[in-house]
Amino acid sequence: MSEHADTHAHDDDHGHHHKSTFITKYVFSTDHKMISKQYLITGIFMGIIGILMSIMFRMQIAWPEQPNVLFEALLGKWAPDGVMDADIYLALVTIHGTIMVFFVLTAGLSGTFSNLLIPLQIGARDMASGFLNMVSYWLFFVSCIVMLGSLFVEAGPAAAGWTIYPPLSALPMASSGSGMGMTLWLVSMAIFIASQLIGSLNYIVSVLNLRTKGMSMTRLPLTIWAFFVTAIIGLVSFPVLLSAALLLIMDRSFGTSFFLSDIFIQGEVLHYQGGSPVLFEHLFWFLGHPEVYIVILPAMGLVSEIMAANSRKPIFGYRAMIASILAIAFLSTIVWGHHMFVSGMNPFLGSVFTFTTLLIAIPSAVKAFNWITTIWKGNIQMNTSMLFSIGFVSTFITGGLTGIILGDSALDINVHDTYFVIAHFHLVMGISALYGMFAGIYHWYPKMFGRMMNKNLGYIHFWVTAVCAYGVFFPMHFIGMAGLPRRYYTNSNFPLFDDLADVNKVITIFAIIGGIFQIVFLYNFFISIFYGKKAPLNPWRSTTLEWTTPVEHIHGNWPGELPVVYRWAYDYSKPGHDVDFVPQNIPLKEGEEELQH
Amino acid sequence: MTALFIILVLVFISIAIWQMVKIFDLAQAGLPEDDQVATEKDNTMNAYLMMGFLAFIYIITIVCIVKWGDLPLLSNSASAHGPDIDNLMIISLVLIFVVQTITQFLLHFFAFKYKGQKGRKALFFADNNTLEAIWTIIPVITLAGLIIYGLFTWTSIMNVSEDDDPIVVELYAQQFNWKARYSGADNTLGKANVRLIDIDRANILGLDESDPNAQDDIITSELHLPVGKPVLFKMRSQDVLHSAYMPHFRAQMNCVPGMVTQFGFTPTVTTAEMRQNPDIVDKVKNINSIRVENSKELVAKGEEALDPYEFDYLLLCNKICGKSHYNMQMKIIVETQEEYDAWIKEQKLFKNSLVEN
Repeated sequence: MSEHADTHAHDDDHGHHHKSTFITKYVFSTDHKMISKQYLITGIFMGIIGILMSIMFRMQIAWPEQPNVLFEALLGKWAPDGVMDADIYLALVTIHGTIMVFFVLTAGLSGTFSNLLIPLQIGARDMASGFLNMVSYWLFFVSCIVMLGSLFVEAGPAAAGWTIYPPLSALPMASSGSGMGMTLWLVSMAIFIASQLIGSLNYIVSVLNLRTKGMSMTRLPLTIWAFFVTAIIGLVSFPVLLSAALLLIMDRSFGTSFFLSDIFIQGEVLHYQGGSPVLFEHLFWFLGHPEVYIVILPAMGLVSEIMAANSRKPIFGYRAMIASILAIAFLSTIVWGHHMFVSGMNPFLGSVFTFTTLLIAIPSAVKAFNWITTIWKGNIQMNTSMLFSIGFVSTFITGGLTGIILGDSALDINVHDTYFVIAHFHLVMGISALYGMFAGIYHWYPKMFGRMMNKNLGYIHFWVTAVCAYGVFFPMHFIGMAGLPRRYYTNSNFPLFDDLADVNKVITIFAIIGGIFQIVFLYNFFISIFYGKKAPLNPWRSTTLEWTTPVEHIHGNWPGELPVVYRWAYDYSKPGHDVDFVPQNIPLKEGEEELQH
Repeated sequence: MTALFIILVLVFISIAIWQMVKIFDLAQAGLPEDDQVATEKDNTMNAYLMMGFLAFIYIITIVCIVKWGDLPLLSNSASAHGPDIDNLMIISLVLIFVVQTITQFLLHFFAFKYKGQKGRKALFFADNNTLEAIWTIIPVITLAGLIIYGLFTWTSIMNVSEDDDPIVVELYAQQFNWKARYSGADNTLGKANVRLIDIDRANILGLDESDPNAQDDIITSELHLPVGKPVLFKMRSQDVLHSAYMPHFRAQMNCVPGMVTQFGFTPTVTTAEMRQNPDIVDKVKNINSIRVENSKELVAKGEEALDPYEFDYLLLCNKICGKSHYNMQMKIIVETQEEYDAWIKEQKLFKNSLVEN
C-alpha cells in the first residue's frame, strides 16, 4: 500500500488504511466487491434450497404418494409416514419458483455481477453510493430470512403458485398456505423489491456518472450494457409488483375488494364486490414478464463477454448486440398479456399481445446468430466458463424456439399451463440464466477471491449438468403436448396420463443426478476460496479493466490513478499486434485506427 | 436416522470428489503456474465432447419424438377448430425442428472445429452489415407469416357467432369439482349470482329463482354434448380461479370469480367413434397393459386392483386452485342428437330440483 499512498492526489480515500474491523469488512461492508460476494453466497445458499425443493416434488411426481426417506427427514409433519401431503407439494412448487426466479436469478445473478463488474469495468472506485449498496444487500438478506421463515409457519408456506393469483392467495379458507405463509411471502417480496429498486438506481447512476476517462458508452463492455438496461427494466416494472402486493395485502387484511368479487366459499358468501382477479394478473405480469428479461439480460451480457474472451475474437456485431438489448428491453414491457390469453380478457388484446410477443423473437435471433458467429473462426479456449457460455446459447435456442408456440395465442389455448410451458421457461430463462451465472462465477472467480477454481471439477460439473438439463426439460415438451397440466400433486386420478408415468420417472432421475452433481460445484467453489491455486493478474488474457486491478482486493480498486481508456473492449486478435489481446487501457499505436464499431 | 444417513452419503461423495481432484492434480504435476486455465489438451477433449453433446441433443430429440411424439392427442382433435390449431402447431413444430437442428449444429460444430490450438490466430471479424441484415430479415418474414396465420386462427376460434344458434351451457367451477348448467328449451341461461346460493333449498349455483329463464335450466355433473352442434360455454367460478381445460377439443378458458368468461366450439367426433379410432385403441391398450402391471403390485400389497381404462373426453382444471386441484375433473360425453335429447329429457329442471322449506 505504501508505494501508492503518496500518489493519490485525487479526492478519494481509497489509499488510506481504514480502521476496518471484521464487522465493517465482512458484514456491513460498503465495498462493492465484498457486497457482490455477499450476494453470490446468499444466492448460492438460496439456490441449494430451491433445487432441493424441486428434487422433492419431482420425486413425488415420479413415485406418487410413496413413502420417501427424504420427505420424512425434511418435511416433518407435512409428510406423515414419509408420504408427501398435497398442500406441501403446492407449497414446494410455489417457494421453488419464488426462490429461483427472485432470490437466485435476480438477486444472486444480477446482484452479484452488477456489483462486481460495474465499478471494475467502467473504471470507478466504487458504486455511486456505497451505503445504499450495503442497504440494498441487507434488505435482500432480510427478505431471504422472511421467505425462509415462512417455511416454518404452522399452516404452511404460501401455496398458490409463484404467481400468487388471488382469490386463492387472498383467502386462508381457500388454501392453508394463504394465511400467515402468504403474509410473510408478501412482506418478503415487498422488502425484496425495495432492495432491488435501491440496487437498480445505484447501478444506473454509477454507469452514467462514474465512467473513467475515455470510457464512452460505445466502449462499454456488453456486460455493463446488459446490467444497465436490466436496472432500467427493474426500475420500471418492480414498483408495479409492489403496488399489486400492497393492494393484495389490503384485500387480505383490510377488507377492500381490488381483486375479489362474488365469492362463496365453505358455505358462506364473502362481502367482496366489484374487484377482478384479472386486474391482479395484469399487474403481476407487468412485472412478471420483464422479470424474465431482468433474469436473462445479465446472463446474456456475461456470456457475450466470456465468449469473446475465450474465442480470442471480438464479439460479433457489437452495435447490433446493444440494439437488440434495447429492443428486448422495450418489447419486454409490452408483451405481458401473453401469459393471459385464456384469462378471460378481450380476445382482441390477445391478438395484440401475440403480435408484440413474436416480435421479441427477432432481436433474440440476432443475438443467437451473433454469438454463433463470434465463435466462428475463433481460437476457442475451453475454459469452464466458455463451456457454460456455449451451453447457454444452446439452451437459449432450444427454449426460445418453443416461445413461438406459446406466444401464439391460438396455440397457447391447448398448451397453456401444461408441462410444455414448464419445459419452455426452464430452458430459456431458468437453465440459461443459471448457465450464465455459472459461467460468470467460473470466469470472475479469480477476481472475486484471488484464487482459481479447479478446471477438471468444472468440466465434470458442466458436462453432467448439461446432459441432465436436457434430460429433465426436453421430454417435458412432449408430456405437455399430451395435455398434462402442471402443478398436479399426482396424475394417478387420470388413467389418461398413465402412459406418461415412465417419462416422469426418467425426468426425475435426471433431476436427481443433476442436483447431486451440483455438489461438485459447491465443493469446488468453497474449497477453492481457501485452497485454490493463487490467481495470476489476468488469467484469461482479457481486455477489460477489471483485470488491471491487483489480485488482492483494495478499497478503491486501483492503487494509483484511475486507468484511462483508449479503445473498445473487444480488441482480441487484432491485426498489427503481437499478442492476441489489447487491454482497453493501452493507447492506440501510431497509425492504428480504432474500429468504427 | 435417515438424516444422518443422508449426511453420511454427502460426506462420502465429498471425499470421493476430493480424491478425484487429487488424482487430477497429481496427473498434472509439473505444469506451469496457471494450470487451471484450459490447455490445448483440454480444448481438444472438450471439443470432442461438444460433438458428443450435439449427438446427444439429436438423439434425445429423436427418442422423444419416436417414443412420445405420436401421442394421439396431437393428431386426433375432436372439435371443428381443432385441425386448424393442429396444422398451425405442426407447421410451428417443423419450423422449430429445422432451426433447432441447424443452429445447434453450427454452434457445436464451430466449437469443435475452432478449438484452441497453439499457433492459430482467430479471425478479427467484428461486424458485417449484410450478414446481420440477413438474419434480421429472415426471422421477420418467417414470423410475419406465423403471426398472420396465428391471428386468423385465433380470431376465428374466439369469435363465437350467435348466428350459428349454439347451445348455451354454463361451466361452473368450485373447489374441487365441476357442474354444468344447460339453458333448457329457451336456450337462455337464467340470471345467477353466488349471493343467491341457498344450499338448504338445493340452489347450489345461485340461480335467481324469480327469473323465468332460470326455471327450465338443468344442472348436471356430467357434460353431454350433441355431435356437430356448436356449443357456447359460459364459465363461472364461485371461489378461486379455475381453468376449464378440454384438451381433446383444443379448448381452454379460465373461470374467474365475479365475471363470466366464454369459449365456443363444435364437437365433431362422438365418444363412441373416438373409442374406435385406431390411435386411441392403441393408446388405451397400452395404458391398460400398464394398469395391469401396476395392479399386480397393488394386489401383492393386499390392495385393490385398478379398474381397466376406457377412453372418455375430460374436462380438467388447469389453474392452480388449492389442495385437490389435481383431482378436479368432469367427464364429457359427445353423442348423437337423439342420444343427447334422450339424456337431457331425463334430467331435472331447476324449478323441479328445488327443495321446499
